[in-house]
This record gives sequence, C-alpha cells and structure tokens, in this order.
Amino acid sequence: MKRSLALVMLLASSFAPAARAANEADYKVAYAAAEAASKEAAGMRNQWTTTLSTLAAAKKAGDGGDFDRAVTAAKEAEALAKGSIVQATSEKNAWKAMEIR
Amino acid sequence: MKAGSSLLLGSLSAALVAFALTSPRVVAADKVDPAADAKAFQNFFFQKFPNVKHEDFVNGPYSMNEDMKRQWQEKEEFPPYEFALDAGKEMFSTPFKNGKTYADCFPNGGIGIRQNYPYFDTKEGKVVTLELALNRCREANGEAPYSYVKDEMASLTAYMAFTSRGKPMDIKIPDDPRAFEAFENGKRYFYTRRGQLNFSCASCHVQSPGQRIRAEILAPALGILNAMPIYRSEWSGMGTTTRRLMTCNSQTRAVPLEPQADEYRDVEYFLSYVANGLPISGPGARP
Repeated sequence: MKRSLALVMLLASSFAPAARAANEADYKVAYAAAEAASKEAAGMRNQWTTTLSTLAAAKKAGDGGDFDRAVTAAKEAEALAKGSIVQATSEKNAWKAMEIR
Repeated sequence: MKAGSSLLLGSLSAALVAFALTSPRVVAADKVDPAADAKAFQNFFFQKFPNVKHEDFVNGPYSMNEDMKRQWQEKEEFPPYEFALDAGKEMFSTPFKNGKTYADCFPNGGIGIRQNYPYFDTKEGKVVTLELALNRCREANGEAPYSYVKDEMASLTAYMAFTSRGKPMDIKIPDDPRAFEAFENGKRYFYTRRGQLNFSCASCHVQSPGQRIRAEILAPALGILNAMPIYRSEWSGMGTTTRRLMTCNSQTRAVPLEPQADEYRDVEYFLSYVANGLPISGPGARP
C-alpha cells in the first residue's frame, strides 16, 4: 500500500508541468505591454497612481534580475492600466447618472 | 390579416407618440443651462439638510456636525491661518522690482473681488482663476510665478479672500458658447469617477456629506470653494484650491493633473457658479 502510494506520487510529480522561471525576454514583453496600456490611460487623462507604482516595481525587479517578480508586477500594472481605460471609456456617458437635476 | 395590420399600425402609432413625447425631454436634458443647474444643485443640499442655514454650507464639515462646529468656533478666536493672512497682506502691498503692485493688476485694486473669481475670459476663451491671475500678474511685472500649491500663493489668496468675507459669490457666465462649454466640462469633471477607488468628486461631496470617511467628516459640495484657501491640520499648513483638487485626486488613487489644467479651471468655475449667492468665508480652517 505504502509502495503504491509512493509510486503514484512519483508518477504525479513527473507528469506535473514544471513552472518555468521567467527570463529577461518574458519581462521585456510584459513590461512593454504594461507601458503601452499605461501610456494609453495617460493619454485619456485617467492614469491611476497604482499603475505607475506597480510599473516602477516591475522595472526595479527587472533591473535587479528578478524576472519572476518583474513579470508578475508588469502584468499587474497592465491590468491596472486597462482598468483605468475601461473606467475612462465608460465614464464618458456614465457620469450623467450622478448629476443633480 | 386585417387584425394583424391594425395591431402593427397601432403599435407603430404608439411608438411614434412615445418617441415624440420623450425626445424633446432628452434634448432639454442635454442643453447646457447653468442657472437651472445651480438651482437644482442648491435645492438638493437645502432639502437634504433642512436644518442647516443656507449661508452655513460654506463652513464645510462644521455645518454638518455640531461638536465640530463648536470646536471650530473656539479655534477661530486664534485662527491657524492668521500667519498666512498677515504674510499675504504684506506681500500684496509690497511693490515688485518695477515698482508696481498686485493692486495694479486687478479691478478695485484687488480688494473685495474674490467673489468674482474664477471668471471666463472671452478674449482667451478660457476660465481664469484667482491663482492663475495672480501668477499672470507676477509674470507681467517681471517676477517669477509662485507654486500653485504652496505657501506664497495660499497667503496671497487668503488675504484677497479675507477682503471679500461675507460677500456673496457672484460668478458670471457670459453669453459665449465657450463659457457654456467650460461650465459643462467642469460639471463633467465633478461627476466623473476616477482613480482606482472609482470615486468622483460627487461620491464624497454630494452622496456622502456629513458622513465620516475614516476620521474626517465630509464637506458638502455646495459652497466648498467659498472657504478657500484653507489651513488644514492634516497638511500642517495652508493649501490653495489647486492643492485641494490635486489631493482629492491622489486620495482616490488618480494621478493629479498639472496645476491649473483646463479641467481644474473648469471644475472651479462650475463649483463656484453653483454656489452663487453664498458668502465668501475664506480663508478657512479644516481638520
């Protein structure tokens, strides 16, 4: 019983996809995407402070060679920037719902 | 077949009548009507807070909370903005290097005119705030402009506001489509949600005045600029209207715009116009 359990665990671990560490190229792609979304948000005059701070954290991690952390931060910054773009787009008309009439 | 055609014709007629009845209302709602907006804005607050005297709205959070009001009234005996007021008075009367003073740049020598700012400059086609007019005055006389958020600007505007205390806000909107557009832009800015927290100016100052946000009591939007500039304990110093707007932005996690951006000028125009008739109470003191 014990032997078969060990075999199952061995098999399971050998088939599990190995998490690949991010490299510099991954970071550059993720950072470029985040930066582009951030610039679009700034062009709409709706930049979030958290986008900039997360983007800065990605750059700092990338410059320090910690590409896993850099890619994670860059993806988060991109998501934040995209959130601000969605907000600016929807608010073009949505603001009227708040107006005192 | 006949019954079907009648039904279709009837539905079409009903739809046309409904469209005819609703479309003029849509057009009317989209028309820029600052006077109607100001009336609706004031009525909203007067009805929401029937026990607050109309002229008391300019005292911000103190109009919403009796305890705070008593503390503030005691504080007013030795107000924290007094140093800025004295400094502003001295700065205002000190000549520039060319011998001229601020008084040469403003109507009535700059005394008792705060209630007319911001105004719409029909030559420039834009809103001119008091802070902007002061820096333009400096530049026209060969002096470097002051920071829009720091002490000197706050001191100057504090003195000018003090000379207008009690005078009703009196903002004009000239018969110029650009002025109406500026008013509308200001209104849009005021109601638009921004920042990661998804707040508009109205989220705090229309929907929630009198309620606490952390330790602070939110001020009503009505008359909120009548008390500017203000000494804020949170800042340990004076702050201008520009500083207040930029801080509001960053508190919602939105990157502030540049000082005196068109949006800030326009929202100041909107907020001041809808407070027409309420007294100037600046300089103010806030927690």
